Amino acid sequence: MAKAVLVDTTKCTACRACQIACKQWNQLPALRTEFTGSYENPPDYRGSYTRILFNESVVDGEPRWLFAKGQCMHCTEAACVMVCPTGAMHKSEFGSTVMDASKCIGCNYCMGNCPFGVIYFDRDKNLARKCDMCYDRMQAGLTPACAKVCATGALVYGERSETLAGAQQAVAAAARRGISTSVYGQDQVGGLGWIYVLRDTPESYRIPNVQELPFSARVWDVLFKPARIAAGLALLVGLWANRRETVELAPPPNEAKTSKSPDSPAGAGK
Amino acid sequence: MTNGWVDIKHTDVALIIGSNPAENHPISFKWLLDAREKRGAKLIHMDPRFGRTSAVADHWAPLRPGTDIPFIGGMINYIIENNLMHHDYVVNYTNATFMVSDDFDFQDGLFTGYDEARRRYTDRSSWSYELDENGVPRRDWTMTHPRSVFQLLKKHFARYDVDTVCATTGTPKDKYLEVVRTYAGTGAPDKVGTIMYAMGTTQHTVGTQNVRSYAILQLLLGNVGRPGGGVQALRGKSNVQGATDMAILYHIIPGYMRVPRVSMATLADYFGAAVPSTNDPDSVNYWKNMPKFLVSLLKAWYGDKATPENDFGYDWLPKLQDGKDASHIGIFEDMYEGKIQGLFCVGQNPAVGGPNAKKERKALTKLKWMVVADIFECDSAVFWKSPGIDPKDVETEVFLLPTAASMEKQGTVSNSARWLQWRYAAQQPPGDARSDLKIFTHLVNKIKELYAGSTDPKDEPVLNLTWNYGDPPSAEEVLKEIHGYDLKTGKPVLNFTRLMDDGSTSCGNWIYSGCFTEDGVNLTKRRNGEDPGGIGIFPQWTWAWPVNRRIAYNRCSADVNGQPWDPARAPFRWDASQGRWIMYDVPDFVAGVPPQQSAKSPFIMRLEGVGCLFSRELNEGPFPEHYEPWETPIANAFSSVQLNPAVQLWGEADNAQGSASEFPIIGTTFRVTEHWQSGTMTRNTPWLAELMPEVFVEISPQLAQEKGIQNGDAVLVTTARADLEAKAAVTSRIAPMTIHGREHHVIAVPWHYGFAGYITGGPNKQRTYAANELTAHIGDANTTIPEYKAFLCDIRKVT
Repeated sequence: MAKAVLVDTTKCTACRACQIACKQWNQLPALRTEFTGSYENPPDYRGSYTRILFNESVVDGEPRWLFAKGQCMHCTEAACVMVCPTGAMHKSEFGSTVMDASKCIGCNYCMGNCPFGVIYFDRDKNLARKCDMCYDRMQAGLTPACAKVCATGALVYGERSETLAGAQQAVAAAARRGISTSVYGQDQVGGLGWIYVLRDTPESYRIPNVQELPFSARVWDVLFKPARIAAGLALLVGLWANRRETVELAPPPNEAKTSKSPDSPAGAGK
Repeated sequence: MTNGWVDIKHTDVALIIGSNPAENHPISFKWLLDAREKRGAKLIHMDPRFGRTSAVADHWAPLRPGTDIPFIGGMINYIIENNLMHHDYVVNYTNATFMVSDDFDFQDGLFTGYDEARRRYTDRSSWSYELDENGVPRRDWTMTHPRSVFQLLKKHFARYDVDTVCATTGTPKDKYLEVVRTYAGTGAPDKVGTIMYAMGTTQHTVGTQNVRSYAILQLLLGNVGRPGGGVQALRGKSNVQGATDMAILYHIIPGYMRVPRVSMATLADYFGAAVPSTNDPDSVNYWKNMPKFLVSLLKAWYGDKATPENDFGYDWLPKLQDGKDASHIGIFEDMYEGKIQGLFCVGQNPAVGGPNAKKERKALTKLKWMVVADIFECDSAVFWKSPGIDPKDVETEVFLLPTAASMEKQGTVSNSARWLQWRYAAQQPPGDARSDLKIFTHLVNKIKELYAGSTDPKDEPVLNLTWNYGDPPSAEEVLKEIHGYDLKTGKPVLNFTRLMDDGSTSCGNWIYSGCFTEDGVNLTKRRNGEDPGGIGIFPQWTWAWPVNRRIAYNRCSADVNGQPWDPARAPFRWDASQGRWIMYDVPDFVAGVPPQQSAKSPFIMRLEGVGCLFSRELNEGPFPEHYEPWETPIANAFSSVQLNPAVQLWGEADNAQGSASEFPIIGTTFRVTEHWQSGTMTRNTPWLAELMPEVFVEISPQLAQEKGIQNGDAVLVTTARADLEAKAAVTSRIAPMTIHGREHHVIAVPWHYGFAGYITGGPNKQRTYAANELTAHIGDANTTIPEYKAFLCDIRKVT
């Protein structure tokens, strides 16, 4: 019963209704932000489970503006789940990655190991926070808030198998217009819960082009999982203070490919 | 809209010009993308900036702000030159075959009849047709006579050759030709294209003629009255269509009837001036029914007091001085001069949204009192402490009335597709916030109390005004009054076809008549999603004016014999064997006669009965002609007339005109998805403020380099009238334009910001971040819509 959301970037107009719907459903606070040269705001995932990433460049002398939605990718082989010492981070019956806040001890391991850099640490609540694909809505048979409000059909929620088929249809539809696209998320990291149809490489959208579970998570898994609770407790004091300040995003693997752009990556932890 | 939102899915090519629907009408993209996916439609976006619409469109072509007429004129010329028009459509459904008066002429930017001293066309007698002995316009069915409309059109636009056009608009020639050829393809009889426009089209000194140029293009290509075609005015507010229909504009009264002027002293004078007549037996000329609509309107307003003996109370209507411009600019000019004592500012924010907002803020200080009704304390409500104004100097008494938000009251909203949709209140308004209906009912009752018992004739308009909406007032009762009653039976009328000019019917707005049944069922509440015919008409989903018609001018969807131009998109087909139409929409023609007869008058509201390539109604002449914006660095390449010769020039006080030597950069304004209008609602919504927190100015990397500006720097944009501090968005999405061989910079600023609210648009409490401080008091020659979209400015880094 794995669920997934299709992100057809050929249909995204970056209206950001998804970003607002997410804040509204999850009752996340608004931040005081500044305009820093890009439409993209807020600058990172602090206080937001999802953001539209604006990527501007010049290709063959023509302006190009690529939009993609970023959020927890709900990896099948989820590093955050593997490293979580308490089992707070776990997989749901829908294949999504969800968190039991009552078990979270604020150790930050999930954040440090997330290959997509989409988990943030809520200092006020001492919790790791991220998109849970609207687990409460899914349990009630509802569409995740972001996909529900998408006006153009860029976000389509459904069974993962249907989503993959939808992605192939989107690729074919773009091809009929002479536009080459590719699918990202089908197999990566065991398969993602978000299936992207992209007009260019993931990097050009500032989506980290992750193929496999991070090595750090594997090591963690092998070394500590058998005794992860004990390890978690033992390491907690030592590591927590060091790591909780680091709201590091995955470093952007690629700067704007061509010219300087106002939508060049906001940068890690900026 | 001539068509509707859903109907966009039928288009083969969407020409998006003067609008940015991905940002400002996001839902339209659902249908545009549907058309692209299912029909292989092409989406063309023409805009000075590469915005979110351009990012998703198939083609983007830049044009310099204020050059729509050259752009479209060049298309018209190309289509005629290359014989790409929809010939049968043009011959039968337009006035291309009409013969024009011998006296008509056009020389060096001016049509015949111009009075330079008065800046007006005072003699329009030559803008007329040559009539035969019966008083009917002569036709040249071959369209070869030099005085036929077609040949005059051809001659007029022959001057708009591709090279001159591109040198004027700044559009690269290859891109221009790509757009022209793609769109001209819709001239094939079975192809259809739509034009989607908004404020980027209208907010110019030539705004109305910009729209005219679209209409001409669409008529030549045979795109009007067909699924997937038409001219779509994308409305910028959820109920602005309703506001227009109900005559918020100064020059009309409800139902698009002319506002009474001083020279129209009696009802007979009004009818003499306003009701069109023709000798053409084939013309339906539906406006000949205007007396029924006006008398019924007066009966709605004055009830039993309106009688045949007193001209149905026509005397009680205020009359506007002849020639008086009471538009937004006109009102604020009068206010600035101290001629206006009080202002009701309801859901409007002129201190931010008005042109030359600095002057308008000053004008507000001249008021004795102002009532602001809004859901937030908007910028205008606190104009008295806005930047540059000392509260000590302001004597205006300001009353702020908290109002119900749209979700806190019930009533209809009229959308761009002319649908009246009933909406229910989701919750009660907070505290003492009230609906506008409650506020105005209270006000009217209080005023009536003050006038009660008066026998002075001048008080009759107040005493005799009907206001019977119940207590508390019911929006449904208002809508019923708008729909109209048969006063003999007391029941709702069927629709406007039953209105009478003898006082036996009442109707608050004839075009809305039909939104109830005779049994009082409110059709705007319908939510039946059935779609007979499968072409997206959804006839039982709410109700559309007029008479639930979804596609206007829909006789043109089929040929003279009633056969659809494209059988796959056919709301109408004449079935000869049965002798009747197979119909999926409400006909916009007389359906009870053979198709060959209705084909003679497919535009029933037009005196000519056909679509007008040559029109006698606009103030600058029968054909669109390019004139430069009021502020421009460019000399007009098409004539020696630089500015639209019919625009009114306003007072120079606080409205200086900038010169290109001092202000060399072309400026324009725009909107973003995240904010709405003057920002009163969205700047006070923290989640939206987070997305777009500050005003910014989009500048090209080339200009940034010239001026030493980095992305994100604080910059100052200056005009002859004001300056604006903003953050620089250095972006390749806006580029210098080559105009007549010289490079010109263009910059663009969103206008949603101001000086009050959760966010203002910048850090400094002593500044206003309203981009309209930069714009001027200068407007279009027909509507006086301000020229927000083109002005001269300069920019420098704030050090």
